[in-house]
Amino acid sequence: MTDEPLDIVVAGGGYVGIAAAVAVKSAALHLKVRVIDAAPPDVWRKDQRASAIAAGAGRMLTTMGVWSQILQEAQPITDMIVTDSRTSDPVRPVFLTFDGEVAPGEPFAHMVPNPVLVGALREKAEELDIVIEQGVTVEGFETGDAATRVTLGDGRVLTARLLIAADGVRSRLRDMAGIRTVHWSYGQSGIVTTVRHERPHNGRAEEHFLPAGPFAILPLPDNRSSLVWTERTEDAERLVKEDDLVFEAELERRFGHKLGTLELAGDRRAFPLGLTLAREFVRPRIALAGDAAHGIHPIAGQGLNLGFRDVAALAETVVEADRLGLDIGSLSVLERYQVWRRFDTFQMGVTCDVLNRLFSNDITPVRAMRDFGLGLVDRMPTLKGFFIRQASGLPGRQGPRLLRGEAI
Amino acid sequence: MSDAAQSTIDQAEVDRFSAMASEWWDPTGKFRPLHKFNPVRLAYIRDRVCAHYSRDPKSARPLDGLRVLDIGCGGGLLSEPLARLGASVVGADASETNIEIARIHAAQSGLEIDYRAVTAEELAADGEMFDIVLNMEVVEHVADVDFFLASCAGMVKPGGLMFVATINRTLKALALAIVGAEYVLRWLPRGTHQYEKLVRPEEIENPLGSSGMNVIDRTGVFYSPLSDSWNLSRDMDVNYMLLAARPRGD
Repeated sequence: MTDEPLDIVVAGGGYVGIAAAVAVKSAALHLKVRVIDAAPPDVWRKDQRASAIAAGAGRMLTTMGVWSQILQEAQPITDMIVTDSRTSDPVRPVFLTFDGEVAPGEPFAHMVPNPVLVGALREKAEELDIVIEQGVTVEGFETGDAATRVTLGDGRVLTARLLIAADGVRSRLRDMAGIRTVHWSYGQSGIVTTVRHERPHNGRAEEHFLPAGPFAILPLPDNRSSLVWTERTEDAERLVKEDDLVFEAELERRFGHKLGTLELAGDRRAFPLGLTLAREFVRPRIALAGDAAHGIHPIAGQGLNLGFRDVAALAETVVEADRLGLDIGSLSVLERYQVWRRFDTFQMGVTCDVLNRLFSNDITPVRAMRDFGLGLVDRMPTLKGFFIRQASGLPGRQGPRLLRGEAI
Repeated sequence: MSDAAQSTIDQAEVDRFSAMASEWWDPTGKFRPLHKFNPVRLAYIRDRVCAHYSRDPKSARPLDGLRVLDIGCGGGLLSEPLARLGASVVGADASETNIEIARIHAAQSGLEIDYRAVTAEELAADGEMFDIVLNMEVVEHVADVDFFLASCAGMVKPGGLMFVATINRTLKALALAIVGAEYVLRWLPRGTHQYEKLVRPEEIENPLGSSGMNVIDRTGVFYSPLSDSWNLSRDMDVNYMLLAARPRGD
């Protein structure tokens, strides 16, 4: 059974997949876009993680008309400090501080609970008549001259001009397309959890470079913080399985006492850290977006923001091609997206990799050198400005329009 | 052939393009430069047409209802996008092979395009009239430029437009478009363009003027190696496009 031909099938109902569908559809309402999500309905509501949304992605969400809704439950990050210490050091000297506004009243990032973000995007998708099918897998696809035939788990076949693979870091579609990846694994895992603390964080984010890896505290509304706590994988696996008392004690050693007593406010999960980069982002009739194209070490909190930059570039590429009457799935069209995104991704991937290697160790000369470097960055306004700009995810003049807060 | 003098077809050119026909739609093949060039010329056509007919270039089908002739349509690289933008397109090419390729591809793409293996002068003799006549990358391949342009201009309805895109006959064009593109970069097969067949802007403007058309816009098109893309430019020394309008009849 073959349904009516579509223009775009998006595989993956996470924020990248739905944002891609919404970004395209809000600029080109006549395109027929459908999202196929393997997860059963409402699983997304149970995600306890929160994400740092940089200013560039924030501007894009504003243009897409979902930001005001998200903002009600978002915590602005008003400043950020970076320290480099051994876990046992009683005082952790601060090497780098950012008090980050990219424009008056616009902090460089916000912390947003994932269900709030995904919920707002889903609501907008519904407004735009984008069908999101839940609990349906993509089993395969067959690329033809003018369309691709996408076979679903329930036996149906969808025909579309373009297939967007937003199916995560272990993307099956990427493998089916024959796109190889480069992968580094660090033997580290990130423990993600939420804590409640006695005293307010005042919107401050902290990144502590501990010997086992970075320990990030990211502010959430109501005296809560989201933690990304890096440990060697076997330690991380052990820690998440420990009873609350042991876990809390280990946590406190790293978190410190400056925000008063701590209390766990969510379950905990360990995610293995690695860097996975797709060798190509496009093939005829298929484009990779988000983690399917690049799973990066979450050290700089850039995974989501890179994903949104993919969305902005891909949507602009597709919509502009459509307005020229070009075939939106053809390789000559998709190549523009690839050229636009690959360098940025590679640069970000390598930066995060180097940062992690540099900071996840306790060798004294390395420690001395990196502290000297951080201190230097802190004292040089232009260099610091560069890092804040990088962290904000705002594009230069050549960047996609959505990230500058303009409509496509 | 007794009517050779009345035809603008250069048979050697037709044979050369027929031999490459199967590659028309391969964006990595012999026609890669044309695929790269397509967005800039399509944008120029769309924007000028929209300005002329007061249409919104961001709408889904801005060329709705306009009858367009694509002369030298090849495999349909220009005809298909224009059809998607709503135009009712006649694609004409002297090569039967090209037309066959174009027909098959349009059917695959689900587009209705009237492809015909005819010459411009045959269409003109049949009394066909169009809102827009396109001569994109064609005049440098025809045998008699004046006669060819007069035939094309004769098919433009009052108030209609004619676009011409080609390569200038300058030393810079010889260096960039022939030596550079065919011999150094090997973007194009050697012999795609011959210097003496290149056409200067005045050699297009004069016959168009004699046919009652007014040239209303001219622009250069230049390749930027850094972004690997073509952009409009004031420099008309190499690739350029001309736009002519036929005055509205009274």
